[in-house]
Parts: sequence; structure tokens; C-alpha cells
Amino acid sequence: MTGALSRVFPIATVVAAIMVVWYGFTVYLNAPWQTDRYEKAGIEWQMGDLVRDTMAQERPILPAPHQIVAEIWKTTVQKKITSKRSLIFHGSVTLSSTLLGFAMGTILGIGLAVSIVENQAMDKSLMPWIITSQTIPILAIAPMIIVVLNAVGLSGLLPKAMISTYLSFFPVVVGMVKGLRSPDPMHIDLMRTYKASRMQMFWKLRLPASVPFLFASMKVAIAISLVGAIVGELPTGAVAGLGARLLAGSYYGQTIQIWSALISAACMAAILVGVVGVISHVTLKRMGLRT
Amino acid sequence: MTGFQRAIATIGGIAALLASYFAVGDAGAGGIGLVVASLALAAVGLRHHFGIMPQARLDLAASLAGMVLLLSMLDGEMPAASWLFLVACWLSGWLAVEKSLAARSLSQVMSSAVSLAVPVFFGAWIIFVWEVLTIGLEIPTVLLPPPSMIAVRFAESTSILWADFQQTVIKAALSGYIMGCGSAFIIAILIDRIPFLQRGLLPVGNFISALPIVGIAPIMVMWFGFDWQSKAAVVVVMTFFPMLVNTVAGLQATQAMERDLLRTYASSYFQLLIKLRLPTAAPFIFNALKINSTLALIGAIVAEFFGTPIVGLGFRISTEVGRMNVDMVWAEIVVAALAGSLSYGLLSLLERQVTFWHPSNRRKVQ
Repeated sequence: MTGALSRVFPIATVVAAIMVVWYGFTVYLNAPWQTDRYEKAGIEWQMGDLVRDTMAQERPILPAPHQIVAEIWKTTVQKKITSKRSLIFHGSVTLSSTLLGFAMGTILGIGLAVSIVENQAMDKSLMPWIITSQTIPILAIAPMIIVVLNAVGLSGLLPKAMISTYLSFFPVVVGMVKGLRSPDPMHIDLMRTYKASRMQMFWKLRLPASVPFLFASMKVAIAISLVGAIVGELPTGAVAGLGARLLAGSYYGQTIQIWSALISAACMAAILVGVVGVISHVTLKRMGLRT
Repeated sequence: MTGFQRAIATIGGIAALLASYFAVGDAGAGGIGLVVASLALAAVGLRHHFGIMPQARLDLAASLAGMVLLLSMLDGEMPAASWLFLVACWLSGWLAVEKSLAARSLSQVMSSAVSLAVPVFFGAWIIFVWEVLTIGLEIPTVLLPPPSMIAVRFAESTSILWADFQQTVIKAALSGYIMGCGSAFIIAILIDRIPFLQRGLLPVGNFISALPIVGIAPIMVMWFGFDWQSKAAVVVVMTFFPMLVNTVAGLQATQAMERDLLRTYASSYFQLLIKLRLPTAAPFIFNALKINSTLALIGAIVAEFFGTPIVGLGFRISTEVGRMNVDMVWAEIVVAALAGSLSYGLLSLLERQVTFWHPSNRRKVQ
């Protein structure tokens, strides 16, 4: 119990400190506009009024945390899911392309890793280019790819998912290659003394050994494919998705809307990574690995 | 010669034979050349069954000659024979790579030359196939322009590209990168002295570096205006947390034995930091620097989609997409890719100089 407490307490302190700083900045950043307004209206004001009013502006420079929470509450629980203003609706659009892209990226990554480990020519010629592929800022050109794919008639889920795929295959390849090569020479020698074929070596030794590495990379991959999906939504003309909410918010100066989309994206990322973590924990436990 | 190599050679030879058969079928003006070339390629592929001249050099030469021939006859729609010829060339090149990698009696210099040449050869093939596919299948240039067209556009508009590069890479990304990484480094060293902050900040930092931080771009544009300052701010936030988390983890990577040894030498905090803990942390720090070099570019370019002066990579990409000048967009992508790869390469080089002692950088002993 004390162990858990000693872990949670520092985190809680840091989060609390962030909240305090945030509220401080809310007052500080929103104050000029508010005092300007008081002067125009000729209102006498006290410090207490200022603090209260800076946290209740409709389009603040920095919204207070409770305003964001209220907005999220309003747009998730109090709106119908089918409504265009429901964050659940937008979130589910983003989530579906995230998951599709993540699945495609993982499968692609595993396939590439297997071919790299099993074939030396693939290793030498592919690996440098896979690393180079990630130095291209794909996120930055994602909107263009979406627009071009839309022009050919590919629209909806798939183009966004392809951005996520491009981003998420990389950690999986790197992790899986490391994992498939992780069995130590002793084990490989043991398999050889059993006269194991290449296939048997792969299925019975290399693949099981790579599972912990696979899950570690999948955690990175799912977070990154969410980012890909959000950026992929930016140019679709603000139709649907958390990215579209961000863009619409920035067009109309709705800062609370931007922040609420941002915070929900953050929560979604945390939940997705958490789910992968739980699956990883359960699987590794059933495989008899210490976690 | 392994069974796998023999299979590649045989399939390549058969593809070349089929190519010559089809080329005879619809022999046009350039058809005769293709027939002769296909027969030659078939001979190169099938020679392995007769054990004649098994050197990898011959396969490589056949593959390169085939590429040149295909490029020379490339205009508009291509006949079926040339596709088979392309496949045969590809297989011939693959065989050359397989053979030269499998060769055991190579000198040190030769083997490192091979491991450098193989990825270059592969990259050249990718660009070649891209060129042949886009022109041969008559893919509309709006969709995917051939590399030659991009290269021409790149050469024509170097001044615009240079201006965009300065605005986005030098002003926005680089300044943000230095500020973000620098401040994270200093704060990491500070919080390293306070275990309480470490235990609190690390999970939070890990959490934040998994978040879609690009999303703060519209907010930063609102706060800091349209010019490069807002982009630099996005880059600072994006690069801060990976650097912080990695540096703190790196500073903890020393072993108790090593610390004890330095303590027996009566070393001060700063001596311990500079002589032991920072060098141990260097691989972690370089890891973060490498991750951040791509993140910085992404942040700077994406932030430009939310408002910018009329210069910059992101601005140019979004406007030229609207005008359907896709070749210009690709030229910008080339600039971004070059900047990304170059910074990554420089960092790797620097890392190798600084952490020469690390197992991953030591030369492998046979």
C-alpha cells in the first residue's frame, strides 16, 4: 500500500502543480482583454472580479481547466451521439481510422521484419531505407496525400488510415527485428542439436521470443497512429473527427473547442496505450514470461 | 549457389524468355532491340544451370544494362514484353545482391563497400521503377509525377525552395529545436538532483510525449502570431518531453560500482556528472536528439497549415496542392526529406564520435 502511495503521490503533486500554474496563466493571459472591457463599460472592479471573469470568458486566450471539462461534458454526455457536435461522434471517426491504420501498420511491420530477419539481401537493402522513410516528415505532407487520394476517388477512412499505417509500421519493424534476433546463441544451438528446421526455429523459438518486443513497439505504434489520424483529418474540409474539430475551432477562434478536442485526443491516446498494455500483460503472463 | 538463388535465376530467365517471345509478337520499330536484349538476359539468368561464369558482376551488369535500355525506350504506353523485361532485370539485380552478400572471401574494404552499395542500388531501383510505372502506365501527373519531372522542377525553382528552407527549417525548426532540447537538458539535470520530482515528472513526461502535441499548433499560432515564432514554439513543446525523459533516464543509467569508484576518488558532484554520468547518458541523449530532429520538422511544417507568411515549406505544400502543382509539392517534400535525412545523418556521425566506446559502435570482432 505504501508502495502504491509513494508512486502516486509525486505524480499527483506534479499534476496539481501543473493545474495551479495553468490557473495562474489563465488569469494572467486573459486579464488584458478583461480589463479593457471593464474600462469600456466603465465598471469598477476588484481583483476577485477579475479572477472570476477571466475564467468565464467565451473565447479566452487560455481557457481554464474547468471550462474545458464543462465543454467536454456538454459535448459528450448531453449531446446525442449522432449529433454533429458530439465529441463521441468525432472521436469515434478518429478512433476507427486509428485502429484500421494501426492494424495495417502492425501487419506490414511484422511482415517486413520477418523478411528482413530471414533474408540477408532484404536486410541490407531495406533496412537503411526504412530508417530514411521516417526522416521524411510524413505528418507534414499528410494533408497533401489525403487531397491527392481524394482526387482519385479514395476517400473516407482509408486515406487517413494509410497515414497512420506509414507512421506505425516503423516502430513495429524495428522492435520485431530486434525481437526475432533476441534468442540467445545457447537456445539456437539447442534447437540445432534437435535438428530443427528453419521453419521450426522460427515458429518455436524466434517468434515466441519476439512477443515482448512486439507489444512494446505496439504501444508506441498506437499512440503515433492516433497522431496520424488527427493530422490526416485536418484537410478534409472540417467534416468529422477530432482533427476537424481542431481546425474548425481555430478558424472560428473557439479556443475552448480546440482545447476540448485536444484533451479528448489525449485521453484517447492514454486509453489506447493502456489497453495495449493490459493485453500485453495478460498475453505475456499466459506465455509464462515474467513481466 | 543456394536453392533460393537458383530459383531467382530461373524465374528471371523464364521471364526474359517470355519477354522475347512477346516482343517478337508485336515487333515495332524498337522491338528488335528488346528481343535481342531479352534473349541476352535469359541467357544470363539460365547460365547458372550450365555452370558458366557464375560471377555476381555479370548479373549486375545485365541488370544495369536492362535499366538503361528500358529508360531509353520509355515513352507513353509500354507493351507487355517490357513489363516482363522489367521483372527479369529486377530479379537479375536481386541475384547480384544475393550473391555478393553471400560471398565469404571478401576483404574488409570490399565487404563494407558492398554493404554501402546494396542500399544505394536498391534506392536507385525504387526510383527507376517509380519512373517506369508512372510513365509506362500513363499515371496522371496530378496523382504521382515521375521522378524526372520532380527533378526538373527542383532544379528550376531552387530560389523559392531555398527561401522556404530558410523560413521553415533554419528559422522555425532549428531555433525551436535548440531551445526545446537545451531547456529540457538543463531541467533534466536539475530535477535529477530531486528524486521526488523525478518520480512525479517522469510518468507525466512519458504520458505527454505520447500525446498528439501537433494539435497545439493552432493555439500557438493564435498566441505568437503568423511568423516563425509560433512554429518555433510548437517545436519547443514537441521536442521538450522526449529530451527530458531520455536525459533523466540516461542520467540514471550509471551503475553503483562506477559511482562508488568515483566517490573513492573523492570526486565532486560536477566531476561525477561530467566524467561519468553525462557520458553514460550520451546514447540516451542522442536517441532523443535523433527523434526530435524529425519531430521538429514535422512540428514546423504542420504549424504552417494554420497560418503563415507567404513563405515556408508547409505554406508552399498547402497552396501548391490547391493549385494542383503536384510536382512542386514533391520538390518541397524532397527538400524536407533531405533536411530530415541530413540532420539524422549528422547526428549519427556525431554520436559515433562521442560514444565511440559504446558496444553498438565498436567494430564487430569476427
